[in-house]
Amino acid sequence: MVENTTHSEPSGDDIRPPKASIGVIGWLRANLFDGWLNSVLTLVTLFVLWKTIPPFFRWAFVDSLWFTDGAVCRDAPGACWSAVTTNLRFIIFGFFPYELQWRPLLAMLILFFLLFYSRDRTHWNKYLAYGWVIGLFLMGLFMKGGLFGLTPVDSTQWGGLPLTLLLSVFGLTAAYPLGVILALGRQSSMPAVKYLCIIYIELIRGVPLISLLFMGSIIFPLFLPEGITINSILRAQVAIILFTAAYIAEVVRGGLQGMSQGQYEAADSLGLNYVLTMRLVILPQALKIVIPPTVSILISAFKDTSLVVIIALFDLLKTSQTVLSNPEWMGFSREVYLFVAILYFLGCFSMSNYSRRLERELDRGY
Amino acid sequence: MTEQTEKNIISAPDDEAIIDITGMHKWYGEFHVLRDINLKVRKKERIVICGPSGSGKSTLIRCMNRLEEHQRGQIVVDGIELTNNIKNIERVRAEVGMVFQHFNLFPHLTIVENLALGPIWVRKVPKKEAEETAMYYLEKVHIAEQAQKYPGQLSGGQQQRVAIARSLCMAPKVMLFDEPTSALDPEMIKEVLDVMIELAREGMTMLVVTHEMGFAKSVAHRVLFMDFGQIVEENTPEEFFNNPQHERTKLFLSQILF
Repeated sequence: MVENTTHSEPSGDDIRPPKASIGVIGWLRANLFDGWLNSVLTLVTLFVLWKTIPPFFRWAFVDSLWFTDGAVCRDAPGACWSAVTTNLRFIIFGFFPYELQWRPLLAMLILFFLLFYSRDRTHWNKYLAYGWVIGLFLMGLFMKGGLFGLTPVDSTQWGGLPLTLLLSVFGLTAAYPLGVILALGRQSSMPAVKYLCIIYIELIRGVPLISLLFMGSIIFPLFLPEGITINSILRAQVAIILFTAAYIAEVVRGGLQGMSQGQYEAADSLGLNYVLTMRLVILPQALKIVIPPTVSILISAFKDTSLVVIIALFDLLKTSQTVLSNPEWMGFSREVYLFVAILYFLGCFSMSNYSRRLERELDRGY
Repeated sequence: MTEQTEKNIISAPDDEAIIDITGMHKWYGEFHVLRDINLKVRKKERIVICGPSGSGKSTLIRCMNRLEEHQRGQIVVDGIELTNNIKNIERVRAEVGMVFQHFNLFPHLTIVENLALGPIWVRKVPKKEAEETAMYYLEKVHIAEQAQKYPGQLSGGQQQRVAIARSLCMAPKVMLFDEPTSALDPEMIKEVLDVMIELAREGMTMLVVTHEMGFAKSVAHRVLFMDFGQIVEENTPEEFFNNPQHERTKLFLSQILF
């Protein structure tokens, strides 16, 4: 049985491709000036860029003011980044007691560290799981206080970036497994399970997130016995989880349908039971196929957390708006919103970047 | 390797039955795919099943590990009757290896992980031991050097040999082959058949759905001919090929043997 047959490429003449088809000139010709329409579009684009980029650059960096008060800014021709720098702590931390803001900062740093460390799949072991449990406990402790001599801070004072991160990170990590379970339930051969999942998914997808948040914050408490209240952040969190899970369920269902019958049969014929078949054979493949649409959902869910303003939670977007309602900084919305946009962009971009990295790493050539 | 030496090496079957099918019928909706199947497979016996497409031969062997459900009659495998009892079905499946036309390897796992999966999770064998067993069977199918690759990186013939090794790792009592060479390029058929012949030599109980008549002649104890969901004729390979009894068999043989 011979596995390796040696092949040799035909050797001999070294004919090179024509000069104009390779290198910088070749690239320019192929991509920017390939035909008259392409050439015109290239020139128009260059003109538009020339007209917009330098003025923006001048506004943002050359003529801009960074550390002044609002009155000085009003006469300046450039951007007033002072609106951001002066109010940075309020935008980031909201109404969290000023002298205690190192606590949410520390909590966020722990979160960033854990997320960053978890990027690498070779780090996924039980110690990382312990790390997350301890990290979550510390984050909760720093946010809430009340133990080890830390001043308690009521969750109504939480706001800004920590709140946005809290709602997104927990919302997404809880919604994902729930969505997978719903997708499996929808495929179940047991009619009761199947129809419950279908009804759930279709009902949730049939209403906007805003209405779920309203229901959670206004209607739901009416049904609770007197004296019992549930934290409004928790109610928003649950609404986000339930909402996102329904969307993830449908995406995962698509992945499950993409699996060939042969994979189920191969797993069955080894004697694997349903749970093992799903866990070891079907889900690893199905979830990988649907990484791109899943990440789209996670990204939009991340941005949708800003809808919690309607139930009076002060997330990142709301704290920025609050700054703009201060007479001193009124009118500098461009700068403040740009800043917030950059923060959101960093979050979304890292997610989509990471998803591409995962896809690459999990690529097995099938 | 002449037919004669092959036959001498190959062991005779025991008397004890490992699969016993009596009065079995199967329908797909209204369509009657299998009619009154009666078949006793003895330990160490090798049976080749042939017949025109749509005759129910694949369905028959897929019923033997309940990939397909039968509606009437009885199938007893290794003393366990196949019913809706899922635990029993899983026990039978662990003892019955199956090789598919399209290999059905797990593309997200390396070759050695493909082989060790069943032993680790179904037989509860320690991971290290399962991987050693995996390497042993990979040697056996002459493909050990590919252990760390993924199925997508292998040729069809190599993938099918891996699929055979994957089944063998479960130490099955019976091996079912569902057209194992039909999806292969011609030059890869031999490497797979060679592995199957080696397996036969070691006394494995085998049921093979195939159109490889050379394989049937040299390896099978019995050849079954199926048509319209029935076992039309069964005989030793010599009798089957030299002296077919039924008109349908004669027609079929005249169409595949030139």
